[in-house]
Amino acid sequence: MAGEATVSEREQRILGIIETARGKRAKFRDAQITMAHGAGGKATQTLIEGLFVPAFAGDALAEMADAGAVSVDGAELAFTTDSYVVKPLRFPGGSIGELAVNGTVNDLAVSGARPLALSLSLILEEGLSADDLRAEVAAIAQAARDAGVAIVAGDTKVVERGHADGMYICTSGIGRRDPRANLSPAALRPGDRILLSGSIGEHGTAIMLARGEFELDAPIESDTQSLWPAVDALLAAAGPDVRCLRDATRGGVASVLNELARASSVAMIVRESGIPVHPAVAGAAEILGIDPMYVANEGKMVAFVAPPAAEAALAALRSVRGCEQAADIGEVRSEPPGMVLVQTSFGGRRVMDQLVGDPLPRIC
Amino acid sequence: MRFVDEFRDPELGQALAREILSLVEPGRHYKLMEVCGGHTHSIYKYGVDDLLPANVELVHGPGCPVCVIPMGRVDDAIAVAQQDGVIFTCFGDMMRVPGSDRSLLEAKASGADIRVVYSPLDALRIAKQNPEREVVFFAIGFETTAPSTALTLKRARAENVKNFSCLCSHVTIVPPLRALLESPDLRLDGFIGPGHVSTVVGARPFEFIPADYGKPIAIAGFEPLDILQAISMVLRQIAEGRCEVENQYKRVVPYEGNLRALELMAEVFDLRPHFEWRGLGFISHSGLKLSAAYAELDAELRFSVPGVRVADPKACQCGEVLKGVIKPWECKVFGTACTPERPIGTCMVSSEGACAAYYNFGRFAREREVV
Repeated sequence: MAGEATVSEREQRILGIIETARGKRAKFRDAQITMAHGAGGKATQTLIEGLFVPAFAGDALAEMADAGAVSVDGAELAFTTDSYVVKPLRFPGGSIGELAVNGTVNDLAVSGARPLALSLSLILEEGLSADDLRAEVAAIAQAARDAGVAIVAGDTKVVERGHADGMYICTSGIGRRDPRANLSPAALRPGDRILLSGSIGEHGTAIMLARGEFELDAPIESDTQSLWPAVDALLAAAGPDVRCLRDATRGGVASVLNELARASSVAMIVRESGIPVHPAVAGAAEILGIDPMYVANEGKMVAFVAPPAAEAALAALRSVRGCEQAADIGEVRSEPPGMVLVQTSFGGRRVMDQLVGDPLPRIC
Repeated sequence: MRFVDEFRDPELGQALAREILSLVEPGRHYKLMEVCGGHTHSIYKYGVDDLLPANVELVHGPGCPVCVIPMGRVDDAIAVAQQDGVIFTCFGDMMRVPGSDRSLLEAKASGADIRVVYSPLDALRIAKQNPEREVVFFAIGFETTAPSTALTLKRARAENVKNFSCLCSHVTIVPPLRALLESPDLRLDGFIGPGHVSTVVGARPFEFIPADYGKPIAIAGFEPLDILQAISMVLRQIAEGRCEVENQYKRVVPYEGNLRALELMAEVFDLRPHFEWRGLGFISHSGLKLSAAYAELDAELRFSVPGVRVADPKACQCGEVLKGVIKPWECKVFGTACTPERPIGTCMVSSEGACAAYYNFGRFAREREVV
């Protein structure tokens, strides 16, 4: 029918408008900063793409990897920085000090760089107990030893009571880019396998429960750990066939997949049944109405590997302590570009979108 | 997970999908409305719609309790939240709903003490812990959440907690359904009834849908097999020329509802003469306010609330989208003035609204139709 043809043309045109709008670099137009800007989803991306990248324009930054590449007289280095504001300071499986080391180490590791040295800035709140500080310093020292990095510089500031939730930590890290690595967020190709280094959602769930707001109790510990041994094993097994690595921190695995699908203009399909989730995490997520795919991890990464090397890469990952549950969770496709689809365990397909705002429990 | 996985069995899902396929006439288009936002959520989460034949379309109904709160009401909430000494408490998903000027999330960023709670009892606990502050709970939701608000108010009164009050924006399920059904241009073939609401109100209040309007309905649970089974029940009614209220969610929903919860609600709430719904306009007897017996706990009386009505933008056609008269992309402002980042109407506010879903996933859905 002629009428129908016109209608679908119009629908096509409107879908085109939406595509153009989605494809455009996000503009930062908000009047003020809200908590959503820090949650790792759409608002965070708007802030980065709409304000920071244009202001500090440069090739290393524009790639938006976890660490920036710096060349110094032939030495290929990676440089990164991260701040830690977790509440509570100590939680099952770790503490803010351990996170501050592992988080920055992992940003270097997933950029294909062997972590070498960290700086450490402490912002301490007036009234923080010396015992708490001692405990965190010990945790930082231990985590640095475990990860094989040196703390080579530091700074301390004290702010008035009520300004820093006990303590905030900022660490910057430098690493040497591994010659076996050739990683880029834009390098994904249809057919690439998507590997996940272990079970997801443990850190975020441990923190949520440790805050005690839900009156839920479960044996869940943060997964905070250095990912360098896993990256090292992957590069040894698959070298240049490893296309890209990302640690799935804020916003979880779903956010990582969405970012990279956009950066490489590819689609992804993920098998829900293939994703390892600890039963206690699955249970807590079920009760709270949260999808573990959006929950933060502090020692898990997603690896994209060209098909011929995928099997060897997975075997190598599984041989690393803490990655025994590594799994092949899906593959990169061409259509529809920029979208992440999930084959649900129930048998349907759906879109796994970027996180909008904080992952909050639903009321109904 | 025991007692959950049983309701997510993929093989049973395929069997139900085959049954549904056998119930539809090729060439006929079926539009079924799932009334409740919880169903919409499950449908997306499990990809339930992906298992349906292309000629069975699910229309997302008005049952998302945060999306239907009108702008003027959000403005009232922000006005209360900004008063000196107030701790304002609300459910998390209310935080992002836009008022005429901004959302509660933005008001919080500007300095208002707004806290997310998971139950009204948490708000009451905050009041007891902060006796020098005024603690206000923003009560929203259908009959599903209203009893817990009622219980909390009863307890607040029994324990004589003076610094606690409630900004009541509870709504009821039947009036908006009747309003939808009254519209002459409605294009729906049947309803998936709201399971959680029905645990409180029962199945009886929905009898008017087949009786007065000739549309079949099946009340459904929230697991994917529940929803598929309810869809097959409605389609079977259509195929067999029956038209009645069926209860797929018998394991939880009694025909008469939860009498204790209903009594409690009757004690604590009165019906408002009318209440405004975002996208649907004013609907008679569709909102709840605190009864005279609980007036001293009513935040609307305790604080000065602007109570200014902010009209939905004229160009917004959420009403037509909800009735299934037009598709989201046929709305005049869809994708241009109205986007998920800057929503105008109720269907764009929540990611589960029909328009937001189409905006985000439309191309995927089209691709599926071709397959």
